[in-house]
Amino acid sequence: MSKRKIKVLVAKPGLDGHDRGAKTVATVLRDQGMEVVYTGLHQTPEMIAEVALQEDVDVVGLSILSGAHMSLFPRIREELKARGMGHVLLTGGGIIPVEDMETLHSQGFAKLFGPGTNTVEIAEWIQAEVEKLWSEEGAKQ
Amino acid sequence: MRDPKTIAAKLFEGDRLALSRSISWAEDADPRFPKTLACIWERVGKARRLGVTGPPGAGKSTLVNELARHLREADRTVGILAIDPSSPFSGGALLGDRIRMEDRTKDSGVFIRSMASRESHGGLARASVDACDVMDAFGFDEILVETVGVGQAEYDIVGAADTVLVVLCPGAGDGIQAMKAGLLEVADILVVNKSDLPGADRLQTDLEEATHTRDIRRDGWEVPVVGVSAAKDEGLDKLLGAVDDHRAHLERVGLEAVRRQKRAQQVKRVVGERLDEELWGDGGLGGRVDSALNAGSTAYDIAELLLQDVLGGKLMAQTRDSKTEAAH
Amino acid sequence: MKPSTQDQSTSEARVVSSNGRAKWEAASAKAKLRDANFTTISGSELKPVYGPEDAEFDYDTDLGHPGQFPFTRGVHPTMYRGRLWTMRQFAGFGTAAQTNERFKFLLDHGQTGLSVAFDFPTLMGYDSDQPHSLGEVGQVGVAISSLEDMEILMGGIPMDRVSTSMTINGPAPILLAFYIACGENQGIDPAKLRGTVQNDILKEYQAQHAWLVPAEPALRMITDAMSYCAEHVPQWNTISISGYHIREAGSTAAQELAFTLANGMEYVAHGVAAGMDVDEFAPRLSFFFDSHLDFFEEICKFRAARRIWARKMRDVFGAKDPKSWMIRFHTQTAGVSLTAQQPENNIVRTAMEAMAAVLGGTQSLHTNSMDETLSLPTEKAVKIALRTQQIIAEETEVAHVADPLAGSYFVEAQTDRLEAEAEKYFEEIERRGGVVACTEAGYIQREIHHSAVTYQRAIESGAKKVVGVNTYVEGKDAKPEIDIHRIDPEVEREQCARLASLRERRDAQAAKSALDGVRAACKDGSNLLERFVTAAHAYCTLGEITEVLREEFGEYKEPKIL
Ligand SMILES: Nc1nc2c(ncn2[C@@H]2O[C@H](COP(=O)(O)OP(=O)(O)OP(=O)(O)O)[C@@H](O)[C@H]2O)c(=O)[nH]1
Ligand SMILES: [Mg+2]
Repeated sequence: MSKRKIKVLVAKPGLDGHDRGAKTVATVLRDQGMEVVYTGLHQTPEMIAEVALQEDVDVVGLSILSGAHMSLFPRIREELKARGMGHVLLTGGGIIPVEDMETLHSQGFAKLFGPGTNTVEIAEWIQAEVEKLWSEEGAKQ
Repeated sequence: MRDPKTIAAKLFEGDRLALSRSISWAEDADPRFPKTLACIWERVGKARRLGVTGPPGAGKSTLVNELARHLREADRTVGILAIDPSSPFSGGALLGDRIRMEDRTKDSGVFIRSMASRESHGGLARASVDACDVMDAFGFDEILVETVGVGQAEYDIVGAADTVLVVLCPGAGDGIQAMKAGLLEVADILVVNKSDLPGADRLQTDLEEATHTRDIRRDGWEVPVVGVSAAKDEGLDKLLGAVDDHRAHLERVGLEAVRRQKRAQQVKRVVGERLDEELWGDGGLGGRVDSALNAGSTAYDIAELLLQDVLGGKLMAQTRDSKTEAAH
Repeated sequence: MKPSTQDQSTSEARVVSSNGRAKWEAASAKAKLRDANFTTISGSELKPVYGPEDAEFDYDTDLGHPGQFPFTRGVHPTMYRGRLWTMRQFAGFGTAAQTNERFKFLLDHGQTGLSVAFDFPTLMGYDSDQPHSLGEVGQVGVAISSLEDMEILMGGIPMDRVSTSMTINGPAPILLAFYIACGENQGIDPAKLRGTVQNDILKEYQAQHAWLVPAEPALRMITDAMSYCAEHVPQWNTISISGYHIREAGSTAAQELAFTLANGMEYVAHGVAAGMDVDEFAPRLSFFFDSHLDFFEEICKFRAARRIWARKMRDVFGAKDPKSWMIRFHTQTAGVSLTAQQPENNIVRTAMEAMAAVLGGTQSLHTNSMDETLSLPTEKAVKIALRTQQIIAEETEVAHVADPLAGSYFVEAQTDRLEAEAEKYFEEIERRGGVVACTEAGYIQREIHHSAVTYQRAIESGAKKVVGVNTYVEGKDAKPEIDIHRIDPEVEREQCARLASLRERRDAQAAKSALDGVRAACKDGSNLLERFVTAAHAYCTLGEITEVLREEFGEYKEPKIL
């Protein structure tokens, strides 16, 4: 029967329209066997969290190049928590200065990826992290 | 939210996370799902189920979005299930239908779920009917199901929906092609979308002719052809009127009987799947087939032999034994 | 191209050279080759050497002298001997006052034209204080929400003496109206204003994605701007048809060329359908291309662009004015070619891209700053980028000769190839119902996406090399030693406060009736730009005006691409 598949929401918060990276990553994740929801551009934190809930994803990957990450990312995390989705693996990438990555990491974001990251590495990292989460979950049951 | 009872209770309270999670269980064939379904079964059956199928790019998602908007204006709550194909190579999938339904994401009276078809090939996913059942029990008045974009008749949707809309549009082949592809056979309503584009009138006439010249369906329903423009929000009321008409027709001929027939199909399918797994999964018959082939028997002889065992009941017991052995 | 008629002597020469060719082939078949991918950056196969058989052209019909049809060799007879290209650095961040300061800095350092970068809220037609704008105000460009902001932006800059380029699309006609009104308030006749608004909505749907309303009303606003400017602001370029963003979104060089020119033809067709004479507006169309790292492919792309456009305008649209046949374009070096790793290397990349643009005959040029993949450029980085252009102009001596590479077998062969690939796309687009239909159905977007993924795979497999990324990599976690330019969050608060006070200070009645005027024009089809200028003078905000447009025309919805 069907095996559990990793489900990922690839989302673009904020107003920037640079979706090349998001769409490329989405395609690569699909090619690595994941199920990827892509919702298009200009998403608000509420919309992203709502989609994550409706789709019951394991991972939310945010892509942003507008510089608004410090305003938007924490809000997305709050919105997810408010919907009982605090458990998802929250990651992302784009033009994010290293110091900001560190701050976000301390707020509960998993790894964030800068420009030029190898997409297959991203996929493998997600795979490993989700499997860890699943085995923790299995242990609790 | 780890056990069927709790999740069922939450679902009845209107907890959207419970709804979402139980659909995931269905998709992943989690053993908790059948139990969950049993807990909520009493509430399944109230929603109207509308299937939307048609070739890729015909405007199914755009239409579903508009239908949902109109239904919401009439104060009906809406659950949407949108199926996209899984890649036969990687097993992964890109689920992009909701990009056309963005406005509905902000509406708490709507719930949209994307689903990959995984190993199914009939235009739906194996768990599609389950997802509809869960949304039904949750209390949605209307359930809209968008199939994978298909060029040919994919019959699964007939089993999942009360009313099937086949969406066509000018440019993506003419009415004759649609007929050849068997798409007309699955339609309760034919929708000519993109009526704002040239060629729509022609397609509409072709389809009208096709439906008139064919034999009337056994159940006495005459398939209407409705022109709409989902993008420009034209003709939607008429389409919803046709949906109502079909509903009334179903009630006349006996909705419950029709639904029971469809459920029977689902039972058949589940049995088929289970058998398949029992027979050919780990510890199944694969090994015996291999050695029989090795010994030089024909395919028919081997099959006959195995069937006698299966039907004689011997074999199922055997496979179960060997499985328990393997587990020890 | 067409084979030229051969006389006795050339065919003899051919025999000799084909003899040489046979020997060369034998020798090269035996040669050992490096392990490398011998294709252009767009993935087009390259031969080891090009000869006469690869480049057959008729000089007069296929090349022509500079300034002559089909302008393959450039649009001016003497090219840069008369005037160098305009060095136009795109700038904008924070508040209007901060950008105004940066503009003055650039003008002081020898820049010859202004180029405004707007922040995302402005690009999407939102005011700084709308909920969507949260965290984005002033981040990647300047926030301009009203005429007042425009007045601050242009404060102390003589608007009749600089030319200004504004990179904005969906709300472009409104920002243009702010600019016109700002000039009027400075006492300048609109007829004296020079500049460009990008105003290219098709490529927004296709690649850059800052859109407002659906294609039909958006195209109408563009034709409104064209006809308004033809009458009142004759020196203004009402559209800059842009391949830059298409390329940055991942297209190949041929796709950039094809989709940009196809968009251009679509605008021309709309202008004509709206009842304008093609020669009335075509001379004011300008173009904007990317200059990527593949030196020769880029130069050939520019040459092919000029030739294709000239032929289409003369032969398809029947334009009679030679100015309508000429493609004039701005170029920006490729932002996507920059790497976050070892960012100083970006100076070298940019220099080579800039050189290609100059050899390709660009009319103006923006060179990227080395730190742009990390943050907004710092003043130092911006200065190096500008100096790069100045070094090319002053020290390399390349600007003395027009189209110096013409006649090279390789260059002519690549120019022909790019033209042929573009023609194939024109046919395909036609077959699929035209540019608008292809865009709404996502065809163009999917073509671009496909190329982007192919390129990414080539990098990740090592088939294509990028220094610092997949070859000559330095310590993985080495933090780049580069200053980061940050926008103070105070900018957003300040901007929102000023907007709130503007709404208090202005004449509420005038603002309301100006907005009613916009709404009326939406409905009755009269020229919208005229109403935007009135609304600008009444200090209606950008967000108020676009709200009317969204209500009247609806919002654009992106198609499913993946
Ligand atoms: N002109 C016109 N275009 C439409 C209309 N409805 C949908 N479209 C366009 O058709 C394209 C496909 O629409 P979708 O709703 O994504 O079609 P779909 O059938 O769901 O496609 P798949 O899910 O990929 O099979 C979009 O680009 C829409 O803009 C319509 O009524 N008129
Ligand atoms: Mg769809």
